[in-house]
Amino acid sequence: MKCQHCEKPATFHITELTGAEVDELHLCEEHARIYLTPADPQSESPASQTLAGALAQQLQLGQTAEDLARLDQQACPVCGITFYEFRNQGRLGCPHDYTCFEEELEPLVMNIHGATEHLGKRPRRSAAGSEQQTELIRLRREMKEAVDNEDYEKASQLRDLIKGLEEEISSQ
Amino acid sequence: MELEDLTGSSGEWLRGSGPESDIVISSRIRLARNLADFPFIRTATDHDRLAIEQTICERALADEHLKKSVLYLNVSELEFVDRQFLVERQLISREHAESQGARGVAIGSRETYSLMINEEDHLRIQVMNSGLDLKAAWNTVSDIDDAVEKHVTYAFHEKLGYLTACPTNVGTGMRVSVMLHLPALVITRQIKKVFRSLHKISLAVRGLYGEGSQAMGDFYQISNQITLGRSELDLINQVSDVVPVLIDYERRAREFLMRESQKDLHDRVSRAYGILSSAKTISSEETMHLLSSVRMGVNLGLIDNLQIPDVNKLFIHTQPAHLQKLRGEELDTADRNVERASYLRRYLRTSGGEDAAEQN
Repeated sequence: MKCQHCEKPATFHITELTGAEVDELHLCEEHARIYLTPADPQSESPASQTLAGALAQQLQLGQTAEDLARLDQQACPVCGITFYEFRNQGRLGCPHDYTCFEEELEPLVMNIHGATEHLGKRPRRSAAGSEQQTELIRLRREMKEAVDNEDYEKASQLRDLIKGLEEEISSQ
Repeated sequence: MELEDLTGSSGEWLRGSGPESDIVISSRIRLARNLADFPFIRTATDHDRLAIEQTICERALADEHLKKSVLYLNVSELEFVDRQFLVERQLISREHAESQGARGVAIGSRETYSLMINEEDHLRIQVMNSGLDLKAAWNTVSDIDDAVEKHVTYAFHEKLGYLTACPTNVGTGMRVSVMLHLPALVITRQIKKVFRSLHKISLAVRGLYGEGSQAMGDFYQISNQITLGRSELDLINQVSDVVPVLIDYERRAREFLMRESQKDLHDRVSRAYGILSSAKTISSEETMHLLSSVRMGVNLGLIDNLQIPDVNKLFIHTQPAHLQKLRGEELDTADRNVERASYLRRYLRTSGGEDAAEQN
């Protein structure tokens, strides 16, 4: 068999999988190499790149510098991270971020997954009590801050609150 | 069971059996989970990390389902070479090995599963099977997930599902990966085309050791990119529907090579075997590259004194940390290259693989 583009023997028989149709190509080594040299260098896209790409895209979409600055200042009342910190590091600070940055995250999640609603497995125990769990995250952070500020009175009050809440949760 | 007990074996995923195991090395499913009452890892304090580890160890790992034959390793206290060993074995991720602070891994019997604690998420449960067997992997991983969930409260959102530190994992928190050996698609230069079409259907392709790693030894991991909006079974089907197509392409490429250029192929395989069985010093990369040809040669009947489990064993035992663990001392790169060559010579020259293994 001859190459489709010249007189040399076809040593490469390529099956093209792109799109709905399957294409068969018969090429000599030289033409095969030309054909197979990738047009776009983006051949690998790990999850981190997906996130970075989605974030960059979202930022280009209709948000003015002012909006962005305001948005970046927003901090989660539970863990304290700002949206700016999330944008920089690509990792959220606590489960409550999904609620408090909901508006900003929704288009991002849509961009990554093409969907915004979970289908599939759910925990057997009800997630209804998770507000108490979220409260624990906030109290623990406040206690650490109180200790760091040497406000031991406040820290000890918080410690009692945490203990009470922990007991309440584990007795459920 | 102790860490040292793992050294001499190859682990479940390299057993070299199971459906389609000439091309499919392993099937793996991992679930990302977080406790509802702690911040995610990036904002967790040292105290939080310890408490997370303690909660999971004392409550979840004490479950009857998980108590049996679990080896728990405190990763933060392990030597570099031991952490590297676990990465090579795919029992922990590279990030888990290299990060700081309280963290650990629980390893199931025969290394069929591992639970990483304080990785990117509080808990990552992964199950590995040899060959193409995603449904079995799902059943196991889901059972472990249920067992853990009996004792802890997961961070779960009514609409978004399981909450994860990175929004790329939210929803099911599930990553399904199948590791394939595709040397003939590489030789016939079709591999990039195949990958581009996989990207179009939202599947990711990675090298042997996950994100950012090179596709050494022609090993490729195919996995789902999307984790939200589709059920676990849907996501599994998406991957398991495409794998037979890839297997078919690889087989056809092998047949093509055997038909059109068997002499060249046989020469390539024999030269690879020759170098591996006689070199005096050899790098890890060259070893992987040559073993890839040998592995294909064994599958095509061009080499008859080795079996696939032998080749799989050589792949893992010639990795830097495995080599040092087997030798029982730390070696620098140059010494490792000499040790690797000598290990390969011993193994391949006594050609009946099992006998050679016993001598080591």
